[in-house]
Amino acid sequence: MDQKKTIPVKIKIQNDDFDVSKETKILQENQTGAIVSFVGVVRGFDEKINSVIESMTLEHYPGMTELEIKKIVKQSYERWDITGATVIHRIGKLLPTDQIVFVGVSSRHRQNAFDSCNFIMDWLKTKAPFWKVEENDHQKKWVDHNLSDDEATKKWSI
Amino acid sequence: MIIKYFSWIKEHIGKSEELIELPDDVKTISELINYLNNLNDDYKKVFVKKDLIKIAVNKTYCSVETKISNNDEIAFFPPVTGG
Repeated sequence: MDQKKTIPVKIKIQNDDFDVSKETKILQENQTGAIVSFVGVVRGFDEKINSVIESMTLEHYPGMTELEIKKIVKQSYERWDITGATVIHRIGKLLPTDQIVFVGVSSRHRQNAFDSCNFIMDWLKTKAPFWKVEENDHQKKWVDHNLSDDEATKKWSI
Repeated sequence: MIIKYFSWIKEHIGKSEELIELPDDVKTISELINYLNNLNDDYKKVFVKKDLIKIAVNKTYCSVETKISNNDEIAFFPPVTGG
């Protein structure tokens, strides 16, 4: 595999919402036969602490976040034959049903797009420096890191 | 040296970042943590949970053994919860 190849990569950390169909359309402009995308959405209930979530605020480490996501995306296109990748992550205050994250990957054939999208999302959950705090009338709680996210990355070890 | 704190660590220490002049005998992250612990109890309360704290030097993950200098940007933060 050509380790020096580059592909169109878009990484954005933003307060604003994103338009999934617009982002998918942009990926379609790459030499592609398949696009796989993932959208994370704010849940209205935290099952772990049995509590309603009225809002959620996301903070991150500017600079490091982009670097970590770049590293993950680079590993992804060195491993799979993909033709483009987009990662958009929102920060700031979000409400239940709001979109949080978009990961989209284009490739010539579907399996590479499925696998690399899954890979990017798994590693983003364990490496990209974002932190969520859940809020309701009674409390404000920093979300604990989910150990099952670390477990999920093990499937990618070669 | 600039030190940044995020999430609950920022709240416990009461600031998101601070500038310190690194003493000559502080050469690693581990020694920096000891130095901060001696400043006041807020740091102690945070760093006692060392298993829950990730460290970055110049925006790259590192360990407590990593060597540091006065020009570095250090960050302490909990395991991440994005996505």
